[in-house]
Amino acid sequence: MSNWIEACAPDDIDEEDVMRFDHAGKTFAIYRSPDDEFFATDGLCTHEHIHLADGLVMDEIIECPKHNGRFNYKTGEAKGAPVCVNLRTYPVKVESGKVLIELG
Amino acid sequence: MKMGMVIIGAGECGVRAAFALRESGYEGPVTLIGAERHLPYERPPLSKDTMVSQDHPARRTIAAEALFNERNIAFIGSSTASSIDRGNKLVKLEDDRQVPYERLLLATGAIPRALPPATNSRHCFTLRSFEDALAIRARLRPGARIVIVGGGFIGLELAASARQRGASVTVIEPQGRIMMRGVPEEIAKVIDTRHRDAGVEILCDTGAVSFTDTVNNVAVSLSNGNVILADLAIIGIGATPVTALAESAGLETGNGIIVNDRLQTSDAEIYAAGDCCIFPLALYGGRRVRLEAWRNAQEQGSLAARNMLGAKEQYQSVPWFWSDQYELGLQVAGLPDEGKQTIRRDVGEAAFILFHLAGDGRLVAASGIGPGNSVGKDIRLAEMLIARGARPDPGQLAASNVKLKSLLAA
Repeated sequence: MSNWIEACAPDDIDEEDVMRFDHAGKTFAIYRSPDDEFFATDGLCTHEHIHLADGLVMDEIIECPKHNGRFNYKTGEAKGAPVCVNLRTYPVKVESGKVLIELG
Repeated sequence: MKMGMVIIGAGECGVRAAFALRESGYEGPVTLIGAERHLPYERPPLSKDTMVSQDHPARRTIAAEALFNERNIAFIGSSTASSIDRGNKLVKLEDDRQVPYERLLLATGAIPRALPPATNSRHCFTLRSFEDALAIRARLRPGARIVIVGGGFIGLELAASARQRGASVTVIEPQGRIMMRGVPEEIAKVIDTRHRDAGVEILCDTGAVSFTDTVNNVAVSLSNGNVILADLAIIGIGATPVTALAESAGLETGNGIIVNDRLQTSDAEIYAAGDCCIFPLALYGGRRVRLEAWRNAQEQGSLAARNMLGAKEQYQSVPWFWSDQYELGLQVAGLPDEGKQTIRRDVGEAAFILFHLAGDGRLVAASGIGPGNSVGKDIRLAEMLIARGARPDPGQLAASNVKLKSLLAA
């Protein structure tokens, strides 16, 4: 059964940027890509559990603010040392002026 | 034994180099030689998480054993190289084993600088290995009295950890302020205040002259005539590059193993990278520096590996390091001492960044401090600006409402 949760409004996030979203004791990161699409991943870096929402978004890459671990936020793929474990991603949709994330 | 790539030193740098050889497609033998018995592990947590974690701390390995096996990297632990026979291209180990090399990387790192009056005290410690960390941790009990000699990163991170464990702490710093090297005064001031608020006593312009042991304590005599009785003293007065092997092999050394911008030593088939080498930074007119920094170790390890395979890449990274103390995170990109003008930018209410501009307006460094990782993103953007030699408008740097990313697009 799908479980779509309202996370924010589209304009809460700049293009090519990221925002932290906490829900039910978990933390997520929601991204707005340069071409104005929305994505979501787990909120913590798989290396040292740093909040990725403090990091830098460049194109489709989120870079951890601590040790520059890089992930493709669209796919969750870890892009090399020091990160070797992929990020979990979540489906996102925009409906009626709301960004919704599916937490399954 | 078949010739291959040999790496001496199994810290962050050596491990990165070993994996980078495989990532670059090298299929010959890769041998990684380390002095410690255990699989290579991350050192940055030793002064922080390892000291304060509730649970008994564990080594955080850089890569799991399965990954070493999968990439066919031979790790030889508990081994120290005793000499390099450059003529026959052999590394000789202390147990008389010989390892032939096609190319050799020295990633021998740096060891804590010794303070001669403290070397015979049973209650004086330095921090480099996980075992060192456990020995210190076991003594950081509530009410323990700790003297830390040296107000640099290791000393201050340990001071914060010791306070979090309820020990009382005095930091002795011979210079006029803490973190003289590499951190601007305005930022050092924030950290100094935070430590004093936490109850740390910081004595600047003061040296530790002698250490006298009793059974359970050490009496630390200071240059100002005072004596502090402590349960333990930690010496954190910087690090010395490990160059003895390179020297005995006749390679050029100075404050570190001397390498060119491709990280080649004076022997073109031997490279050096990480804390042990002194290298020219193209970004700062070829100024020679030696860095003791985690990311530098990784990036130089990777680059040295590619060059060992013939890539001929020049090392061009912007120096970068961080320190965590209490809830504060400090980051510095570039070399602040190259700056002539400083521009301050506030980030939210509790964080700020200093931009350091050269006389010609070029951004040469940025340093920032704030809670958690609040300065991380902007320091990263600053690093990109530094790398491209940008001359950003000082007014825009200072204006919190102007996004740094927009300056990058300019």
